[in-house]
Amino acid sequence: MLVLTAIAVVRMRSLFAIAMLSGVFSLLSALLFVTMDAVDVAFTEAAVGAGISTVLVLGTLALTSRFEKPTKRSPMVPLFVVLVTGAALIYGTLDMPNFGSPDAPVQTHVGPDYLERSVEEIDIPNVVTSILASYRGYDTLGETAVVFTAGIGVLLLISGLRLRRRRDDEDEDESEEV
Amino acid sequence: MGFELTQEYILGHMNYWLFSVLMMTGLYIVVAKGNLVKKIVGLNIFQTSVFMVYISMGKITGGTAPIFPQDMEIDPEVVYSNPLPHVLILTAIVVGIATTSLGLALIVRIQEEFNTIEEDDILKIERAIVQAENAIHGDAMGGRA
Repeated sequence: MLVLTAIAVVRMRSLFAIAMLSGVFSLLSALLFVTMDAVDVAFTEAAVGAGISTVLVLGTLALTSRFEKPTKRSPMVPLFVVLVTGAALIYGTLDMPNFGSPDAPVQTHVGPDYLERSVEEIDIPNVVTSILASYRGYDTLGETAVVFTAGIGVLLLISGLRLRRRRDDEDEDESEEV
Repeated sequence: MGFELTQEYILGHMNYWLFSVLMMTGLYIVVAKGNLVKKIVGLNIFQTSVFMVYISMGKITGGTAPIFPQDMEIDPEVVYSNPLPHVLILTAIVVGIATTSLGLALIVRIQEEFNTIEEDDILKIERAIVQAENAIHGDAMGGRA
């Protein structure tokens, strides 16, 4: 399903349909996260990926164009690059532990430690929350800083938009009068 | 490399391979397509497949979501999946939406400046600008403007 949606995004030319399909993709991946026990990630993905990012893309489409022009470049070079990278990635996974195996390196490091100590140290049922806010609080602080910076960047890029448009209109009016 | 191509091995690695395919689909959109909005969507697909790799590494067979019962009486028989990848990916999703919105704002600005969001057209316009500047300042700058 996910692969089909992604391939549909490659083939589509209407950007409106692409925005909707990316929402569908996010929702499907949220379902996948639920089946892999990551419920917090799933609802964040559903809210952020399928909700906010679709709205943002639609807003951009309203300010720009609706359709994609076909490119004249040949797809062979990108295809070659992608196939080589994909082969390298799959070669890299050959040494990985099996899916869901309990003795993988990921499961024997700090993860179980957090699970054990969270009960007495933090005493809230959701371990993800206790790690997010306490054990890995600095990550969350850094995340907030990134979001803040991005927000300022977006404001700086967009804020002058209406002002500049009005000025352009006035210029045109003046030149017509002259 | 000490591995055998048994059925168990193939099933146990199928998740990584599927996510690699998804990741490469996203990369292909970014590299091969000229429309900037489409590139951002491709980047999002790439990003989401990286999230899936992380979450699939934290899964334990027979495990459940890492949320304890309300009364905090933990049954030692219950296996919980690893909560650490979940936390990292939560952070990554939020950072991802921040970068996406910044990219989309840049696209709006590009549309305003060049009146197009196709990479080919933008390159053509930029080349024309460089040539025009070269025609004006070319001699003064030693033909390197």
